[in-house]
Amino acid sequence: MTSIITRRRLTFGAAAASTLPILGRGASAQTPLGVGFVYVGPIGDHGYTWTHNQGRLALEKEYGAKIKTSFIENVAEGPDAARAIRQLAQAGNQLIFTTSFGFMNPTIQVAKQFPKLHFEHATGYMRAENVATYDARFYEGRAVIGTIAGHMSKTGQAGYVASFPIPEVVMGINAFHLAARKVNPNFKTKVVWCSTWYDPAKEADAAKALIDQGADMITQHTDSAAPLQAAEQRGVFAFGQASDMKSFAPKAHLSAIVDDWSGYYIKRVKDVMDGNWKSGAVWHGLKEGMVKIAPYNDAVTPAARAAADEVTKGIIAGTLHPFTGELKDQKGVVRLKAGETASDEMLSKMDWYVDGIQA
Amino acid sequence: MTSAMLVSILMTLIAASTPLLLAALGELVAEKAGVLNLGVEGMMLCGAVAGFAVAFSTGSTGIGLVAAAFAGVAASMIFAVLALSLMANQVATGLALTIFGIGASSLIGAGFVGRTITRLQPVFPAALSEHPILRLVFGHDILVYLSLALVAGVGWFLRRTRPGLILRAVGENDASAHAIGYPVIAIRYAAVAFGGALAGLGGAYFSLALTPMWADRLTAGRGWIALALVVFSAWKPGRLLLGAYLFGAVMTLELQAKAAGVTWLAPEVLAMAPYLATIAVLTMMSLGRKTGRLDAPACLGKPFSAS
Repeated sequence: MTSIITRRRLTFGAAAASTLPILGRGASAQTPLGVGFVYVGPIGDHGYTWTHNQGRLALEKEYGAKIKTSFIENVAEGPDAARAIRQLAQAGNQLIFTTSFGFMNPTIQVAKQFPKLHFEHATGYMRAENVATYDARFYEGRAVIGTIAGHMSKTGQAGYVASFPIPEVVMGINAFHLAARKVNPNFKTKVVWCSTWYDPAKEADAAKALIDQGADMITQHTDSAAPLQAAEQRGVFAFGQASDMKSFAPKAHLSAIVDDWSGYYIKRVKDVMDGNWKSGAVWHGLKEGMVKIAPYNDAVTPAARAAADEVTKGIIAGTLHPFTGELKDQKGVVRLKAGETASDEMLSKMDWYVDGIQA
Repeated sequence: MTSAMLVSILMTLIAASTPLLLAALGELVAEKAGVLNLGVEGMMLCGAVAGFAVAFSTGSTGIGLVAAAFAGVAASMIFAVLALSLMANQVATGLALTIFGIGASSLIGAGFVGRTITRLQPVFPAALSEHPILRLVFGHDILVYLSLALVAGVGWFLRRTRPGLILRAVGENDASAHAIGYPVIAIRYAAVAFGGALAGLGGAYFSLALTPMWADRLTAGRGWIALALVVFSAWKPGRLLLGAYLFGAVMTLELQAKAAGVTWLAPEVLAMAPYLATIAVLTMMSLGRKTGRLDAPACLGKPFSAS
């Protein structure tokens, strides 16, 4: 069963919600497990939030009447987030997933008030007894598409439509660029910061600006498919973000990084049902299937396919790390010595760009 | 910078300005009649989703545009009934219309997520619309030309025609206009409907031309910029044209500067640029006047009752 709560209904729902747990427990001895989700964007973005919602739907398919999921979408990363999380906690949910970096502090704050409930925060680093974190190694997927870009770019320039300079985005830019530069040592990556996760018209204009400046490969770390459409219109190539976005740009879409949260969600719900839930941190990638690569477009050349497949296999086998030294930053400082690979701690705090990135 | 690149940047600029111009021009007419409708964002979203849904279902962007205009009018009529006939507070009603529009468009659009259509095509033949230089003049879709024609048309209507004079009279002094026999409420209904139609078209520019898809909150706050532009223009269509293109220019050049590698400016500063420009221009305009009142119609936002 699903109950959809939007932020707009939140105020009206607050009073009613406080009575829900009582009603729910009174109704039957076997209460379905309540699982709540807080989303930063609309589930209709066909990107980041959409994929989390696909994970929620996978939960419903897996457990049916044993669980009851609900979600709140379009929650701003600020004080409003705490209100939304508290709302789900008061509504009787046992397990609450908060799916954006900016929900970190509010999640910790609300979790303190509900010590018996389980909280899971995506892409954060703060944990507590009842707060676990989970994240995906998006950068592994970006290394794969960077390889394709390096092979297929004629101008040797890629444009990167970016949201905010947080470590997750910075490491994605670096991973993409490093992979492309392995193929073409003169490869350039230009970044345009949009200062938003979601503004389709602005994302499209950013892509156009990058194409005007000579980029013939567009990639993005914002949530709508608009940059792909701009690429399609201008006749250059692009990569989908978070989900297979081929339908938006059949010619331009070479491949996409696909987020798949369903496996993790199914496991964590089972943990709660079995009484085995523990706090912890998970950072899964291609190997665990939390990050996937969408089918290649027919336009992807055999050489690019082979190279990209090799990168994917190498990462899964553990023989290839996208961040392997020697690695210098923009200022020429050696960040990784020859043969050294980046630690997870280094990645999660990344605030520098590798040589050749214009950001 | 090559000439082809310059043309390309200008094309992006014109495209970014057009929805602002359409929505703001509609609001300007409504405000000239004395009605403050803050629901522009909501009406734009209604137009955006209706335009997309109809264009997707019929396969015709032309029919989509008509539907978008009708959706904008329909949304504006909700406002009109409440604010004009029932004399509800115009500010509150307009804000409610925006919230309603966000929700309604999200509901209607739910089934269209992930679908795409063929975007609105240039009106002139390919020889002109795809020419590297001439496309600056001939390479646009119908709404770009329509928006420019409407600026001229609205300017002429308000300044040079008798109905335009009456509309302005209703906005400046509703009691006098009523006393000499003009139907104040009916004229305001018409002005609000016109505003709704243009807001609907402005919204449809997103879903049919800029990003031919449906996505929640597609307009991302452009309706508020359109409202600000009306004040910015001091209720003059010519100046509105200037303002909309200035705004489009700042929004486009911000991204172009970043793409060209202007790194000494923080991205956040560039993101503020359009709003700083607005404040600067408003300040300059206010300084040029003794009163600081920017020629707003005297009866703007005031309910009118014939009794």
